Amino acid sequence: MRFDEEFFNLGYLDTLSYKDTFVHRLDPRIKIIVTLIFILFVISFNKYEISGLLPFLLFPVFLLTAGNIPLKAIFKKVLFISPFAIFIGIFNPIIDRQVLIAPFGIPVSGGWLSFFSIIIKFILTVSTALLLIAVTSFPGICEALSRMKMPKLFVIQLLFLYRYIFVLLDVALRMVRARDARAFGNKGKDIKTFIRLISVLLIKSIDRAERVYQAMLARGFNGEIKVLKKYKLGFTDLIFGISSVLLFYIFRNYNISNYFGEIIKR
Amino acid sequence: MHMADALLSPAVGGTMWAGSLGVIVYCAKKLSGKMDEKMIPLMGVLGAFIFAGQMINFTIPGTGSSGHIGGGMLLAILLGPYAAFLVIASVLVVQALFFADGGLLALGANIWNLGIYPAFIGYPLIYRALVKKSSNTKAITIASIISVIISLQLGAFSVVLETKLSGITELPFSTFLIMMQPIHLAIGLIEGIVTAGIILYVRSLRPDIVDNLEVVKNTYSAGSLKKVLIIMSLLAIITGGAFSWFASTNPDGLEWSIEKIYGKPEVPERGNPVTENLSKIQEKTAILPDYTFPSKGEEQEKSPSWPAVDTGTTVSGIIGGIMVLALVIVFGMGIRIMNRNRAKT
Repeated sequence: MRFDEEFFNLGYLDTLSYKDTFVHRLDPRIKIIVTLIFILFVISFNKYEISGLLPFLLFPVFLLTAGNIPLKAIFKKVLFISPFAIFIGIFNPIIDRQVLIAPFGIPVSGGWLSFFSIIIKFILTVSTALLLIAVTSFPGICEALSRMKMPKLFVIQLLFLYRYIFVLLDVALRMVRARDARAFGNKGKDIKTFIRLISVLLIKSIDRAERVYQAMLARGFNGEIKVLKKYKLGFTDLIFGISSVLLFYIFRNYNISNYFGEIIKR
Repeated sequence: MHMADALLSPAVGGTMWAGSLGVIVYCAKKLSGKMDEKMIPLMGVLGAFIFAGQMINFTIPGTGSSGHIGGGMLLAILLGPYAAFLVIASVLVVQALFFADGGLLALGANIWNLGIYPAFIGYPLIYRALVKKSSNTKAITIASIISVIISLQLGAFSVVLETKLSGITELPFSTFLIMMQPIHLAIGLIEGIVTAGIILYVRSLRPDIVDNLEVVKNTYSAGSLKKVLIIMSLLAIITGGAFSWFASTNPDGLEWSIEKIYGKPEVPERGNPVTENLSKIQEKTAILPDYTFPSKGEEQEKSPSWPAVDTGTTVSGIIGGIMVLALVIVFGMGIRIMNRNRAKT
């Protein structure tokens, strides 16, 4: 069932993020910034580029292996997510039929090139985003956000949201199970029942927020949450950041794949 | 309708990020100080509620397929524009990180498309204007449906605009619009009905909750509609300005590809009086200098053949690409083995 899977995935990524490896220990700020720069470099390629994008795979593979993340955890998500990119991209081969290259005598149209370019960009950006959370805990990301001068209020309620996702998902899971146990086929899944079900969930949530607030007041809450500052920008962080960006720059400006090909052909 | 990184150009993605970040900071500033502390846990828990609620599916009438709630408008009605925008942004942050819905660069665009319209147009300008008395069942139903539909239409239109400006898709602007807008009309209708249903059902079960929220909400969102309108238009001008700055300093994917074909970043204009006049107007208004709709450029791109139809480089690109992939895999396996060895000792 889809529900359990999503729930499981969320918890699984959360568990992975508390491992203790070299990449897990890096300052979250550096990881966020490097990841954003990586994505910018990847999508800055022109729409027909394929070979130039391949060296960029090094970065997600590095995070995956150095962070000791199981390949399965990321691979499955990358394969099945966002029909949107495929949906938009699949029109390119139909519309753009101009033959651009003919390797080994096989004509390839611009549309297919741009379609595969979208797919590769998609794999690179999505896997890196998932790996970012798998090697950085969510509280770590929140700490980074607050230290990068994001508004405190935003960060605090983001922390709250994350904490209560697990609680409320559990409540929702039980409700869905109860409904499914009483429903035959699609009966009981109609919009009317749904509205009542979700309204009850909403009431439960608001009541819980009230209780949480009371408990916080009892513990001296005054509108602020002190976040433990675990990380310090160190030498390794800077080295990681600078060398990554340098590498991206080289990959962006020199087509490594073509160079390798030239060497082999000789 | 989450945007994906792969469909965006750096210029468009960056601009949308700048716009969304600006609104987040603005909303937080607007809330802090004035608001009840109670709001903080409430916002967090309601964000989590949206997640949990999206896991409960229902059968869409007449189709047999199943759908789930979006929740943007519901949040705006419950929390008011500023808090709702922050919660929607937070939900999208978590979705981008854990479910890879969209992507990190596209996050700015997604926050804009799914947050701005329900929080700052749908709720204050439509819902609030239509629902005068908060107990009027008919008004609540109609207002929810209309405001959700308009918010979603604007959101879908933004998706089309952003994708088209990024120049990744070959779909003509009009076809793309015809594909996106009607489907979001249907989605909006259902989302509107569900939103109204929830508001009304919660009111009938627990009127105290709704009234309490109304009080909490009114302590800070007592601004007039005019103010919201002025802010929206200011934001539009600022993002437009940022956009033109980005577009002129960072040539994006489209301009790069044009550069390769013509050797210079501009597409030579054909002697068409309409486009000539249009570009004159564009130069005068200068909100988007140096930036025309990609669809126009793309049509002309096709006429000359790709300059680099050199089988030599293509073949070396393929061979080299396979080499690079193999090297990356070897690299990854190497680190894995190293880790394992270290774990043993």
